Amino acid sequence: MTDHATPPALEIIAAGLELGDGDARVTALDNVTLTVAPGEFVAIVGPSGSGKSSLLAIAGALGKPDSGTVRIHGTDVTTLGRSAAARFRLNTIGFVFQSGNLIPALTAVDQLRLTARLAKNRNADPLGLLEAVGMSHRAGNRPGQLSGGERQRVGIARALVNNPTLLLVDEPTAALDRARSHEVVRLLADRAHRSGVAVVMVTHDRDVLEHCDRVLEMTDGRLSEPALVV
Amino acid sequence: MFLAVRELRFARGRFTLMGIVIALIAVLVVLLSGLSSGLVNDGVSGLKSMQATAFAFDSGTITDNAFSRSLVDQKQLASWQAAEGVAKAEPMGVSIVNGETDAKKQVDLTLFGVEPDGFLSPAVSSGSRLHAPAGIVVSETAKDAGLALGTRVTLDRTNVELTVVGFTKGQATFGHVDVAYLPVDTWRLIASGTAKAGPPARAEISAADYDYSSVVAIKAEDGVTPDFSSIDSTAGTMTMTRTAAFNASPGYEAETMTLTMIQVFLYAICALVVGAFFTVWTIQRTHEIAVLRAVGASAGYLLRDSLAQGAILLIGFTAVGVAAGVGMGALMPAAMPFDLEAGPIAFASLLTVVLGIIGAAVAVLRISRVDPITALGGQR
Repeated sequence: MTDHATPPALEIIAAGLELGDGDARVTALDNVTLTVAPGEFVAIVGPSGSGKSSLLAIAGALGKPDSGTVRIHGTDVTTLGRSAAARFRLNTIGFVFQSGNLIPALTAVDQLRLTARLAKNRNADPLGLLEAVGMSHRAGNRPGQLSGGERQRVGIARALVNNPTLLLVDEPTAALDRARSHEVVRLLADRAHRSGVAVVMVTHDRDVLEHCDRVLEMTDGRLSEPALVV
Repeated sequence: MFLAVRELRFARGRFTLMGIVIALIAVLVVLLSGLSSGLVNDGVSGLKSMQATAFAFDSGTITDNAFSRSLVDQKQLASWQAAEGVAKAEPMGVSIVNGETDAKKQVDLTLFGVEPDGFLSPAVSSGSRLHAPAGIVVSETAKDAGLALGTRVTLDRTNVELTVVGFTKGQATFGHVDVAYLPVDTWRLIASGTAKAGPPARAEISAADYDYSSVVAIKAEDGVTPDFSSIDSTAGTMTMTRTAAFNASPGYEAETMTLTMIQVFLYAICALVVGAFFTVWTIQRTHEIAVLRAVGASAGYLLRDSLAQGAILLIGFTAVGVAAGVGMGALMPAAMPFDLEAGPIAFASLLTVVLGIIGAAVAVLRISRVDPITALGGQR
């Protein structure tokens, strides 16, 4: 699947990270290596506290590993300062958070408009994206007026508004029923395969893994191929 | 301001409650400003309207009530008249007296003895300027006390009779008492204690052997600042600029300091209340800010947006409060020294807004400390 002419969408090499102090110090990432190609949909499963969120944080330039390298489309994001990392995230990475994590004061379309404005992206098409995720009829509604599935769809549209090349998805089905979970993950898979966006999804929900290209398991900070994918 | 405006609309209940507090503070600021201006005008408007650059008091006079304590003689006056950089130096007598009108109404007056043709002689809004030895030009506000052109005022104890010949343009008060300008020679006769009952006559005035006045009023040459300390040491005087001399009027310093202290507390309260509100508001938004920062919003953008929110809130509700304060000010009883002046109100309002924004700025600075990582794994 990897095109040799273009660098991987995400390349984590021997990343190590420890959190906490003293006796409470734990290894969040233990020599983690991961490569994700453009258009690939990778799921990472594992129990709570296994290091999934830490992996997502370093993959999204939200934090730096203690050791190792993180490259996104060839750019070593561990060398970026806070401001440069923020600009990089804005233009390159899309985040889909648990339960959408939408801004309560903004309508669905304004969630997208704000993200586009932050990136000074004048070519963004918020209404078109809401249409693409089946939410154009709820464009004028605030998060409080949307169901969990609808909020997650708006969150996905928001993550895509600046045309990112890497989508990092944090527990997208945590608050959804089975049908809605499949709907949301199918939407992400469709986006990855049709527009070439690399997607890394962290999830507890093994029911939705059928839509993913690859599934990895995180245990005690170590990443491995799972023994069994249900 | 994309987010700021939408959040204001979304949380309008909370922001309106905060706004009402700001508006109430602004009302108090306006009322205190009006009271302050009123007291200042009541205390020293007679001095404010004068063209004098400075006043020279007798050396060693204590500041409080210096105008009525000081006595300067002709030699001191002559020193100032001959001094370099001084265009004019004229004697000025100041004393506060009680009297009774011919309608048997008791009045208090501050007598300002000035040269009838000098630079201290007031312009009149009605009647005639100073000329007659027994004529007085009184503050326009004295009309409220029942004085009119031709009213005779008999001073207590001396029974000297003075007649109102004119009214000043606007208020002229000193120590909360209406000013009555009269020729300085007449003032000297009264101050000497030798005046006979009835209207002072020219012959009586000429015969009086009293050459003192309270102070020397100084008008500097245009664009020149005389060397006051040097002239003071020669003349045996102590000079205060016109503005500094306000403190020499009765009770002025105590009144203004009291009101200033109340105003300072009010500004501090405004900054603290707004700061506290935005602290709570920012804490409530911490997860939302983390999400925006994770998405890529810079701390600068979020700080500017939050400050814009504070500015909109402060400017909007301060304007409401000022309008309400001005409306309430119009209902103040005439006996209350209360003057609404655009300058002080604008300054007080600006200070309210600026200090409120500083309070908000300190509060929203915590935005820069929000870690975007906390956006991951959070619940909303």
